[in-house]
Amino acid sequence: MKSILAALAMTTALTVPGLAMARPVTLTTTLNNYDGNGAYLVLYVTDPTGAYKGTLWMAGSRSKYYSHLSGWQRGSGGNLADLNGITGASVGAGRTLKVTLDLADALFDAGYKLHIDAAAEDLRDSPSEVVVPLSSAGAGRPMAGRSYIRSFAYDM
Amino acid sequence: MLRWIHKVLALFVILPLMALVISGSMLSVMPAWDRAGAIAPDRISVAVLAGRVANVHPGIAELKRLPSGKVVAFFSGSDGPAASVVNPSSGAPVSDYVRSRFERWITNLHRSFLLGDSGRMVAGAVALAMLVLTLSGLQMTARRMGGWRHVLGRARGDGVQRIHTDLGRLAALGLLLSTLTASYLSLTTFGLIPDGASQAPAFPSVTSGGPALPIEQIAALRAIDLSQLRELTFPNPANPSDLFHLITAAGEGYIEPLKGQILAWQDHSIARQIYETIYMLHTGQGLWWLGLLLGVSALGVPVLGLTGLGMWWSRRRAHAPITDNTSAGQADTVILVGSEGGSTWGFARTLHAALTSNGHRVHTAAMDGLLRSYPSARRMFLLTATYGDGAAPGTAGTFLKRLDEIERPPSFPVAVLGFGDRQFPQFCKFSRDVAAALASKGWASLMPLETIDRQSAQEFARWGEALSEVLDERLMLSHVPDRPRTHTLTLTERLDYGAEVQAPTSVLRFALPGRGVFAHLTGRGWPRFAAGDLIAVLPPDCDLPRYYSLASSTGDGFIEICVRKHAGGLCSGFLHGLQPGDSIEAFVKANPAFRPARGRKPVILIGAGTGIGPLAGFIRANAARRPMHLYFGGRDPASDFLYGCEIAGWLDDKRLSSLATVFSRVKDGGYVQDRLRKDADRLRALIADGAQIMVCGGRDMAAGVMEAIADVLAPAGLTPLALKVQGRFVEDVY
Repeated sequence: MKSILAALAMTTALTVPGLAMARPVTLTTTLNNYDGNGAYLVLYVTDPTGAYKGTLWMAGSRSKYYSHLSGWQRGSGGNLADLNGITGASVGAGRTLKVTLDLADALFDAGYKLHIDAAAEDLRDSPSEVVVPLSSAGAGRPMAGRSYIRSFAYDM
Repeated sequence: MLRWIHKVLALFVILPLMALVISGSMLSVMPAWDRAGAIAPDRISVAVLAGRVANVHPGIAELKRLPSGKVVAFFSGSDGPAASVVNPSSGAPVSDYVRSRFERWITNLHRSFLLGDSGRMVAGAVALAMLVLTLSGLQMTARRMGGWRHVLGRARGDGVQRIHTDLGRLAALGLLLSTLTASYLSLTTFGLIPDGASQAPAFPSVTSGGPALPIEQIAALRAIDLSQLRELTFPNPANPSDLFHLITAAGEGYIEPLKGQILAWQDHSIARQIYETIYMLHTGQGLWWLGLLLGVSALGVPVLGLTGLGMWWSRRRAHAPITDNTSAGQADTVILVGSEGGSTWGFARTLHAALTSNGHRVHTAAMDGLLRSYPSARRMFLLTATYGDGAAPGTAGTFLKRLDEIERPPSFPVAVLGFGDRQFPQFCKFSRDVAAALASKGWASLMPLETIDRQSAQEFARWGEALSEVLDERLMLSHVPDRPRTHTLTLTERLDYGAEVQAPTSVLRFALPGRGVFAHLTGRGWPRFAAGDLIAVLPPDCDLPRYYSLASSTGDGFIEICVRKHAGGLCSGFLHGLQPGDSIEAFVKANPAFRPARGRKPVILIGAGTGIGPLAGFIRANAARRPMHLYFGGRDPASDFLYGCEIAGWLDDKRLSSLATVFSRVKDGGYVQDRLRKDADRLRALIADGAQIMVCGGRDMAAGVMEAIADVLAPAGLTPLALKVQGRFVEDVY
């Protein structure tokens, strides 16, 4: 279980001038009980054109494995500066990752999408394991990923 | 210093090290196991393979070729990511590709003690420690053997030490490879060395639309042989602008699925190639036989740990502090000790106690602690062993240098007593060097240099008698080396020889003591033994054991020795007085240096008098019928031809290939060395054939034999010393 309260790093495009225009959002990711070591997960946001905008959370501390999170890698260009202060441990099979952040209001109901890439040792890479539009209506609705993620939901 | 590092480091890391080597050796069988299960495909292109697999597995996300040659398809299963090993000829799944929970557990234990990053750091540090242990161990072995050139020579010493040295040398290469590669991998894990991990080219953006080509027709994939494939990631069907991502042995890039062209390509960096090579060398993945070798080497470590602990423990016991030690300034008698294994300290302690009880104020210290002056001293004793091929032992490494710095010789005289083993070519060399250095510096001598062979308590007592005369006081040096528990042996049979030629000699045969299960389990039973080992006999009311060479082995079912009665000999007199049914107290001392070398090379056995005992034991145990040639010297064939009847039988059944006897008290008689010279051509031929020479007998006889062998070898450009170094000339001299 991971719980933080963090304004997104200054380098990302997701920050807003004041917290008044942001709201705390809790992202909850529960993994399937697969046979294997802990998974690397990265949560990031793309804009309405599909272009990478910024990273919300990186679960997995060893950057040499980030190439297996290929959607994020292509979008961000593997920029480690984007990960300052928002990196945690990898997530074991069957475990839940819970992250709380202040997200800009402007990200919601404006065509932005949240992506999760997942990968684990000796198992397939799963870029865009989850792709979900950020909207007020979608909050609190759990959905499953392609292979690693049993359920993902964001709550405001 | 080296030994201290080796010891402290080993004690410090031994437990985590055990976890690493045991898990490592378990993992080492995996590559061979994987390899055995791999299906060898025909030469096919990646396009053909990918097409076959995609037909069977429409949801395929990734295709990998493992170092073992197995092809694995990755996809999304019903409960998370899943993978199958596929048959490359059909694309059909063969089995699930899952690493068992146990294997994953072992892998994680091996990498990180299941403790994440901090555990990885510890594992890296332990690997580095093992590297230092291997190097320091090799360095000590080289020093002990007399230089790196001799590092592969025959190890000497007692059982535990020999196992430690032999096993250490055997495992060293594997351990060096494992620990060097482990250190590298650990450094790359923490980013201290670049590993060139995936450096894919920038992802190209594509705009073209239209129907995708069938995979089999993608030119870029048709051009690559399956053997070159590492990984092929299929485009995500939900993302129309996604591409194939291909990694081969040479590099990686993106392939556009509509026209089948390579859009971007990047060759692997040197750093990545180095990383992959080292990863393969460490894990054996893709080099299964190396994996097995490394695993076997790693298995040697627990044994090395146990034998090392044993050596450490016995040294520790030998280093118990000296009681009643007077300070250097007040002592009238100074004893300085040069010891490697610790046994010389035991003798020093006995001398210290005897002198103290005579009223002397005695100071005992290591030779490295030599001071510039001892104001109250009246005499000094230097008791020193020799290390390896003539070097200073552990506690005397700087002695000669310190001695050199003392300008004026002291007012008191000094005596040197050397301890050593006559089996070593440079017997007591360091003590001779010390005596020579003292003489050249003008130090007065209290007594001439004396040497003690193989911790002989008798020789030490004799030296004590000489010392009594010099000091003009009664001094009893009865040193009792640590000795194992004794067993009671009952005489079953005796054969007497030689009375007519004034050499009464008996072959005594004792029953093997019963080996109760409990005694066996607790290590208290009569141990296994072989001809050539020593049996220590304790005569009644005597603490000093006398050693005799065993003339039988465990397999013979009896314990046999060959004893000549010496006038006034306490123990030989006692043994000669035994009648069947009588018993003695005894224990076994291993003597692994005096044993026929393994193999089928010929053995030349040379013995005189009772020296034939162990040689007869070797012949009796020669069930393999390797060529054995016996030279035996006696006084008169009618009286002291020991084992005469049995030898005839052994010649008949080919345990013994040839026999040459020489007797001294017959017409035209002679000694065994005369016969050796006469047989020079034959002996040279046998030695050229790889023969080993084994000599057993009294000191004079052994010296004569050595000279004769030197003459025999000279024309071939060889010396007994050269053979000794190879373990092909061994002596048991008494």
